Amino acid sequence: MIFDYNVVLDSLPLYFAGVLVTLKLLLVALAFGLVLAVPLGLMRVSKQSVVNFPAWLYTYAIRGTPMLVQLYLLYYGLAQFEAVRASVLWPYLSNATFCACLAFAINTSAYSAEILAGSLKTIPPGEIEAAKAVGMSRFKLYRRILLPSALRRALPQYSNEVIMMLHTTSLASVVTLIDITGAAKTVSSQYYLPFEAYITAGLFYLGLTFILVRLFKLAERRWLAYLAPRKA
Amino acid sequence: MLNGYGATILDGVWLTLQLSLLSMVVAIALGLFGASCRLSPLKWLALLGEVYATVIRGIPDLVLILLIFYGGQDMVNRIAPLLGYEDYIDINPFVAGVGTLGFIYGAYLSETFRGAFMSIPKGQGEAGMAYGMSPLRVFWRILVPQMIRLAIPGFTNNWLVLIKASALISLVGLQDMMARAKSAGDATHEPFTYILAAAGIYLAITSVSLLVLRYLERRYSAGVKAMEI
Repeated sequence: MIFDYNVVLDSLPLYFAGVLVTLKLLLVALAFGLVLAVPLGLMRVSKQSVVNFPAWLYTYAIRGTPMLVQLYLLYYGLAQFEAVRASVLWPYLSNATFCACLAFAINTSAYSAEILAGSLKTIPPGEIEAAKAVGMSRFKLYRRILLPSALRRALPQYSNEVIMMLHTTSLASVVTLIDITGAAKTVSSQYYLPFEAYITAGLFYLGLTFILVRLFKLAERRWLAYLAPRKA
Repeated sequence: MLNGYGATILDGVWLTLQLSLLSMVVAIALGLFGASCRLSPLKWLALLGEVYATVIRGIPDLVLILLIFYGGQDMVNRIAPLLGYEDYIDINPFVAGVGTLGFIYGAYLSETFRGAFMSIPKGQGEAGMAYGMSPLRVFWRILVPQMIRLAIPGFTNNWLVLIKASALISLVGLQDMMARAKSAGDATHEPFTYILAAAGIYLAITSVSLLVLRYLERRYSAGVKAMEI
């Protein structure tokens, strides 16, 4: 038998449970990552080096090291310190789901912050001038003009980051979580059919990727309609 | 250094570098091939390139690595007996790693190269044809040298992602820097120290890569006027 369909069909429930875990990890990581990314992005466009430098160092270090290293540091590394093991946070930090979410959130926050900073830098000067002309304060300028405009224009690049993040969540299987990749590992070792197991996982990820691409197309049509080329 | 584990980790660094560089060579070859397929006037060839780029970029690296390493080995051993080969075939993790990373990043590079080829003015290729060059010669003499300059920014990105993805090969048993740092950490009960050291080395490699590629970008742009807006 070259391709065993029955094993794949029998383990579909396991894969669908994995899809839920993957989506949960993705959503939690993206939500916390975005919350962290907004202040970091604003710091990255500051002209004061005291403000800019820490954010630069953070994004540089995160973007310059593999996700696997970051995950290992949090999940295996922190246990080295007696103070961490004695702290109130230990029940969380010894939990694989928590560590994976935290590592993914930190990772995506660095990439998203750079995307946001790039988007903030390319804001049309007229938008700022208009805001100043109507007498907006600095805070109001950021809240009402700069951030909404920058977040919208960051959408196409952010969609790439979200898809990268979906792929990154597959690393959760390394720290024992049963996401889509974890389900494939289970099936692979249960039936000793690695080819069938991983090809199915790949198809699931491919499907999720296409759905995300579609959703972002719709989001762009909603929020970036004013930048779309005029239809004849 | 590092309780005597320094030397073995440095050996791992060398393996990581070999793995990344060789994978990149494979990826460049596949990327050029993929990009030429996608720009080809032949419909089925363009479709083939498109499918390669879309499918590979839609699946996580880790899944592809596990699929090609474990699934590929399984497939080879299922097909080999049909061809009359009886022994169990064991694939070396280094060779499999180079092949896998090259195959994955070939898809990403085909996208980078395609964009760069499309940015070259049409007249360049036409002028080459007018001189009586064969299409292959136009490709290598006219298009590729100009494409390099345009592809460097995208290439830089792909290279950095590839180095970072090379850490995943440690998960299928290659004793690269990541695997060695992890086992040194486990052996000494000081995982944080060793994994942090590995992180520092990855950061150093990516930093040096950035500097070198920025220098190359400046060199390849020597003949191009920079416009300040």
